[in-house]
Amino acid sequence: MTFQHVEGTDKGRIVLYSLSTCMWCRMAKNLLRDLGIGYEYIDVDSLQAEEKDAIKKEIKKWNPDGSYPTIIINDKECVSGFDEAEIREKIK
Amino acid sequence: MSGTTDQPEIPPEEVERVFKKLDQEAESAGYHLNPDTTFTRGLIEGMLVNERRYGYWACPCRLASGRKSEDLDIICPCDYRDADLSEYGACFCALYVSQDVKDGKRKARRIPERRPAEKLSAETEPPAASAAEGSAGSPAENTRAAKEPARAETPAGSAPAGAAELKYPVWRCKVCGYLCARDGPPEVCPICKAKKERFERFL
Repeated sequence: MTFQHVEGTDKGRIVLYSLSTCMWCRMAKNLLRDLGIGYEYIDVDSLQAEEKDAIKKEIKKWNPDGSYPTIIINDKECVSGFDEAEIREKIK
Repeated sequence: MSGTTDQPEIPPEEVERVFKKLDQEAESAGYHLNPDTTFTRGLIEGMLVNERRYGYWACPCRLASGRKSEDLDIICPCDYRDADLSEYGACFCALYVSQDVKDGKRKARRIPERRPAEKLSAETEPPAASAAEGSAGSPAENTRAAKEPARAETPAGSAPAGAAELKYPVWRCKVCGYLCARDGPPEVCPICKAKKERFERFL
C-alpha cells in the first residue's frame, strides 16, 4: 500500500484517507497544502480490491461511517469529513 | 507503485456537456446544481471517472463496491439526495443544493452519511451469491424490489396489503418519490431522470 507524501511543516503524523473523485477530499488536500503542513495521503478508490477492504477497516476504527475525507492526526485524533475549522483546530 | 489503478482522463468537453445537461434537467424539475461551478464540474468529472471504472455514475464522494446491484442506491442522483436536500440544503457531495444554498443564504457543508450501515460495510470483493437475500429486515424492506430491477410481475405475495384491489400496480422512484400507476415503471423517471431500475413497487 503506497501512501503519497506531501512535504511541509512537521506537525506530527497526519494521514489523509481520500477519494480521487471527491471534491471535499480535494478541499482537504488544498487546505493542508495552503497551511504548508506535511502529510501522507492515499486515494482509496484507486487501490485494488483487497487493499481497499483493509484500508476501509482501518478507517472505520476512527470513523464508523467510513466517509471521506478522513484525517488521522498522530494516531490520536480524527476529523471525519471536510470541516476547515476542525482541521485547523486539531492540527496545530 | 503496485496496487493502484490508472485514473481515466476525462476530456473537458465531456465534463462541459454533462454539466449543461444536468443543469438543464435539474432546473426543469425544481432541483439545482451547486452554483460553485468549479466544484460542480469537479464532481461531474469524478462521476465520469467512475463511469469508466464501473460502468455507472457511482457517487464521487463515496467508495463504490464496483457491483452495480450493491451500488444502485449511490448512483447519482442517489437515494439519499432528496432527504439531505430537505434537511441540510445539499446532497452528500453538494452537487445538488437547495434554493437557499443556490441563492447564497445558506452554505453547503459537511453532512452525516445517511446511507445505512449495512450498505457501508459491503466488501469490495465479490460476495457469495445472494448472501444478503432473506436476511432479517422489516416487512416493509422485504416488499421492496430493491435488489433487482423493478419488474411488472411482482409475486402476489410481496405486494402490500390492499394492492390487489388496484387496477394497476403503483411504482415509486426511490430517488425523488415520483409515483405512477401502470403495468411497469417507466424507462426513466420523468422528474429526476433516474433509470427504471431505481423504481420499487409501492402499491
